Amino acid sequence: MTRYFFEDLEPGQFFELGTYTVTKAEIIEFANEFDPQPFHLDETAGKASILGGLAASGWHTASITMRLLALGFLNNSSCQGSPGVDKLVWRKPVLAGDTLAVRMEITSARLLKSRPGFGMINMALETRNQTGAVVMTYNNPAMFTLRGEAV
Amino acid sequence: MTQFFEDICIGDVLDIGVHTFSPEEIIRYAEKFDPQPYHLSEEAAQQTHFGRLCASGWHTASIYMRLLVLKNQEIERAARQRGAPIALIGPSPGLEELKWRLPVFAGDTISYKRCVSGKTESRSRPDWGIVHGENHGTNQNGETVFSFKSNVFVQRSPR
Repeated sequence: MTRYFFEDLEPGQFFELGTYTVTKAEIIEFANEFDPQPFHLDETAGKASILGGLAASGWHTASITMRLLALGFLNNSSCQGSPGVDKLVWRKPVLAGDTLAVRMEITSARLLKSRPGFGMINMALETRNQTGAVVMTYNNPAMFTLRGEAV
Repeated sequence: MTQFFEDICIGDVLDIGVHTFSPEEIIRYAEKFDPQPYHLSEEAAQQTHFGRLCASGWHTASIYMRLLVLKNQEIERAARQRGAPIALIGPSPGLEELKWRLPVFAGDTISYKRCVSGKTESRSRPDWGIVHGENHGTNQNGETVFSFKSNVFVQRSPR
């Protein structure tokens, strides 16, 4: 059931998108497949690195944030994909056992002249850990159809 | 990159590697991390403006990282055999202007490249510098599907 179309989204609205606890096993599993650097694979190597412990790949943190954004918002919306992200900052390491919470705020909305029936929404994403510290932020535009528009 | 910060030159190009995205792995990644209809099944994707099953943009990005790390490990092994010193590579503080320019459809083969575009000395970590890169992924038709600007810490020469 689509709850949010382009017209329903306005700058200043924000959404709390739920939480996700990152286990040591998952950090290692993701790293083995996508980012096999020692500090993402091994506790000792993690402690010896700038990261200070077994830390999730930044792409893993981004992927978990994507999951929460999809389940907590996009899948109830008319979203038709995103052209990209900008100004992504990995502010703090995500360590094994951390519980992440994602907040999304709408920062702008405009109709697309090039594509009647579609609008572009800019979303600011913020991922925090269980202490409230911000671990990652980025800006993410995405396309949404207007109410009643067939794709 | 096994070179130290001082030895890396603006304009250096690295062929990172090539990856073909199978429908099975697109769906497997999407079920875990990006469960939107166009990433989950061919049938559901046909109901969207993509029209066909395509990879999550974060999947395209994560494969870039996999290939880059494997390429660096290969270069590192070769350097060790020559007895050459090896610079440590640190984590990345972040990225800019990541663009998913075209969908990566099931069956597409993407070639990834990085070009060094700049270097910054780290004020907070005098033993490290930051190397900036322009990264591109190109499909089998020669179309750029993916690009972003990267930043990564690289150890400075101890000499």
